[in-house]
Amino acid sequence: MNVRVYKPLLFAACLLPVIWLALRIAGVVEPGLGANPAEEIQDELGVWALRLLLVTLCVTPAARLLKKPRLYRFRRMLGLFAFFYCTLHPLAYFLLDLQLDFAHLGEDLLTRTFITVGMGAVLLLIPLAVTSTRGWQRRLGRRWNRLHRLIYPAAILACWHFYWQVKADTIEPLVYCAILALLLGLRFWWSPLKGRLLPGG
Amino acid sequence: MLIRNKTDIPTSEITSETTYINRRSVIAGLAATGLVGTARTAPSNLAAGTGRKELPGVTPGPFSTDEPPNSYEDITTYNNYYEFGTGKDDPHRNSGDFQPEPWTVRVEGEAEVTGEFDVEGLLSGIGLEERVYRMRCVEAWSMIIPWVGVPLGEVLKRFRPTSRAKYVAFQTVLRPDEMPGQRRRVLRWPYVEGLTIEEATNPLTLLTVGVYGVTLPNQNGAPLRLIAPWKYGFKGIKSIVSIRLQERRPPTSWNIAAPREYGFYANVNPEVDHPRWSQATERRIGSGFSGLFARRIPTQMFNGYGEQVAHLYSGLDLRRNY
Repeated sequence: MNVRVYKPLLFAACLLPVIWLALRIAGVVEPGLGANPAEEIQDELGVWALRLLLVTLCVTPAARLLKKPRLYRFRRMLGLFAFFYCTLHPLAYFLLDLQLDFAHLGEDLLTRTFITVGMGAVLLLIPLAVTSTRGWQRRLGRRWNRLHRLIYPAAILACWHFYWQVKADTIEPLVYCAILALLLGLRFWWSPLKGRLLPGG
Repeated sequence: MLIRNKTDIPTSEITSETTYINRRSVIAGLAATGLVGTARTAPSNLAAGTGRKELPGVTPGPFSTDEPPNSYEDITTYNNYYEFGTGKDDPHRNSGDFQPEPWTVRVEGEAEVTGEFDVEGLLSGIGLEERVYRMRCVEAWSMIIPWVGVPLGEVLKRFRPTSRAKYVAFQTVLRPDEMPGQRRRVLRWPYVEGLTIEEATNPLTLLTVGVYGVTLPNQNGAPLRLIAPWKYGFKGIKSIVSIRLQERRPPTSWNIAAPREYGFYANVNPEVDHPRWSQATERRIGSGFSGLFARRIPTQMFNGYGEQVAHLYSGLDLRRNY
């Protein structure tokens, strides 16, 4: 596997959702954004944020199960793209839905709990994006690994945020919840925690 | 007692299409001079080849807003009609197999006249009106929609409800073969809704058969739906097959699904929030760039129809009876 070849390809693939969305906004491709374009843009960015978070979380188990440690070389980029969509999603909400109304934002954060939860996920990801460079990785040493486990609670909050804002049809968020449970379950299975929590297991 | 009114109107009284069209142009001419108002019409290609029919003899009704209505496309491609799927575009994509004709409605319960009626019989002799209403969804978006229908009260009157008729219960058709959304139990099927008799007979309440001057498309609840514009959109039950007058308060679908979130009344109320989001403002939606940057607007009490309906709830704690 040639990382030099696959990395740019993966980079382009990660950009596709936002390029596609831009083309839909411009009215160049079908389907258009429909009668509620602001909502459609937020939903698209949100679901891709969640998907990329989960893809990022797939890297470690995949590298381990397939015995392909080179897969780790894609993890930073995937994580940063997850952060990219995780930032664009609330940005679209703030620009299009709230139209920069800070008072309304404050009110939403207090009263619309699913937004509070989603915001929590984004905040948790900020230090991970900041410390994603090699320099920070060196500086933090072992603590870097510990810090970057914040992606687990962030992904949990993101799934929760999705589940909570759905009115009745919970199938789609539940599918994401199940995938996340599997990915976190594998980590638990492999971790020393398992031995301590499940003696004899 | 079973009445089957195929057509109540003698053939001699049915306006021929040419006369209708001529009359329309006369009325349109008068409207241009400001002498009479006209009902809004759909773009001329709407009725062609879609199974939708232009509705004859529609006159402008009372209570219409002069806010600019949403486009026919917006109204017919952005729908909550879970019987055809839970995505907003599912209803218009998945409702092609639905057969709204022929259609009969069962009228039953506490009334002197009950039975099964076809839509024409149910509405015959009552003039179709266009009502341009605000539609406020519980999800905090809204549209302006030119509905066509008749006052539900006028229809109910014909069945002479007894003194025990305190509520009106409605039921949507159950056809999982034609309604793919009903094959998954997202809600308990068939969809049911209800109004108090006072709400049902309020002049605002419209038994609706059309939009933009044509018969309702499947995704909007063909052939017969309810519109109670001071309530959240989900009260507007679609594809109605049963109307039952009764003494007990009927169960309602969203209340069954999430009783803490959706009450029986479901009156639009900016002061009573949904447990998961504020109802203080709404997004007046619409496609294109104008819709993209549409401002949120304050939601009005009873969706702005307080003058007509506020008296129905005097003394009622609206915070508890949401």
